[in-house]
Amino acid sequence: MATLLEVKGLSKHFGGLHAVKELTFAVGEGEIVAIIGPNGAGKTTAFALISGFLTPNAGQVSFRGHPIVGRTPHELCALGIARTFQIARPFPRLTILRNVTVGALGRHPDLPTAEARARAVLEEVGLAAKSAQPASGLTLAERKRLELARALATEPILLLLDEVMAGLNATETERFVQLIRAINRRGITILLIEHVMRAVMSLSNRIIVLNYGEQIAEGPPAAVANDPGVIDAYLGEEYVSAAQS
Amino acid sequence: MKWAGLAVVVVLLALPAVLGSYAISVFILIFFYAFLGQTWNIVGGYAGQLSIGHAAFVGIGAYTAAILARDAGITPWLGMFVGGALAALLGAVIGYLGFRFGLRGFYFALLTVAFAEIARIVTLNTETTGGALGLYITFTGNPREFQFPNNRPHYYIALALMLLATGVAAWIERRRFGIYLAAIREDEEASEALGVNTFKYKMMAIVVSAFLTGMGGTFYAFYYLSLQPNTVFGIPLSVEIVIRPIVGGAGTLLGPILGSFLLTPLAELSRSYFATGGWTGVHLIAYGMLLIAVVLFAPQGVYPYLRRLLAWRPRG
Repeated sequence: MATLLEVKGLSKHFGGLHAVKELTFAVGEGEIVAIIGPNGAGKTTAFALISGFLTPNAGQVSFRGHPIVGRTPHELCALGIARTFQIARPFPRLTILRNVTVGALGRHPDLPTAEARARAVLEEVGLAAKSAQPASGLTLAERKRLELARALATEPILLLLDEVMAGLNATETERFVQLIRAINRRGITILLIEHVMRAVMSLSNRIIVLNYGEQIAEGPPAAVANDPGVIDAYLGEEYVSAAQS
Repeated sequence: MKWAGLAVVVVLLALPAVLGSYAISVFILIFFYAFLGQTWNIVGGYAGQLSIGHAAFVGIGAYTAAILARDAGITPWLGMFVGGALAALLGAVIGYLGFRFGLRGFYFALLTVAFAEIARIVTLNTETTGGALGLYITFTGNPREFQFPNNRPHYYIALALMLLATGVAAWIERRRFGIYLAAIREDEEASEALGVNTFKYKMMAIVVSAFLTGMGGTFYAFYYLSLQPNTVFGIPLSVEIVIRPIVGGAGTLLGPILGSFLLTPLAELSRSYFATGGWTGVHLIAYGMLLIAVVLFAPQGVYPYLRRLLAWRPRG
């Protein structure tokens, strides 16, 4: 399995706060990797560093063997890294179709072609019926889908999903898990931040656990879930007893 | 929609045949301010980058064409493009400073005001521009010098400018460029994440907008035949440019035109009637009341409001 994304010694501090501290991990082609950890552990900061929204104080990030630190988000998007935002950021006054078309226009500058691509993606995420509506009227679950659809429309190689399942009910979460699996089967590598443990456990090939900006564990779901350090910092005793019963 | 637009254009083309000179002059202003509103709309409406310094582009275009005609005998028909190019250059400078250093919203607006003020003060203190005395163009009535014996040709030129700017905006609106501008207006960071080079597209928007606005400066100079720094570069003109598209509907194709048809006659009539009766400034009160009404009842502008009203009407 070839390495797609490699993060080495990545650090970011805001004043005296070390949001991310010497983070090192790699994501292989075709994998689904989850980053978990308590609130404030530095997960979203790590995403912002990888996707070019923040510049690290130290460390390297390489994508397909090329260093990418210092590249702007739109350049990284063109290279094939797409991200979603933790709090969905739809273009409220544009229609659903337009929202997704913006993503598609990068690879298909011609509007009709981009719109056709956008329609295909909307079909895939199950929003096709709403394509003519303005994005401002969507429910939370739909907004999360739209966020995913826009990122997909950029035709990424690596997809960074920042809590796309937060706030969804069990049915919606299950549908999202199916959707992410289907996207992964198409050959898109996925790195996701998630608190919904059911989704994390069933989706990921590997889990990386952060606490206070530092990586405290890494490994396959089962191993990570039984790691005493992880239970202590994040999952809690209740999770373990619930998972065992 | 297309046919309705065509019909309106045909009527506007025929209109001077039945209108008197004063009515024609009101229409000239309607078209000219619709034109300025539309050129502003490209950067201010579609891209959502609030410029309150567009008078700077009008002024540069006006002074450039006037000075080229006076000192070098260059016809304003050409000077128009030189003025546009210089305005575009200033637009690029303002855009670079604002967008490279991430000035948004009110901060960008203040930057544009600052540049317009700098342009005004420099012009006030420069000999070539006539300084505080202003620059006066001798009336010849020669079409080669952008002058005409009556105001009918001005009517058609102003109409052509309005249609030109609207055509450019319509062209942009239907392309990647326009869709990217709308995305930038809605959420810049989200646009970046989706692969939009926000800096590049904002630069393109302000340069195109400044170029067209600068071209309009030639019309201003040779219609009024007198240029005063405090008027051409003044904040009041910048506000006049901004207010029509905002009232009509910023970021929509018909917004600036609708806004101008609503506001220009109001301003013009109240200015000429109230001012002669000793009621100077009443038009500003009328402006203010209309603005409040728009903000309260149609915050997106009159055009989107009307479109919604029409869409709700049961058909048949």
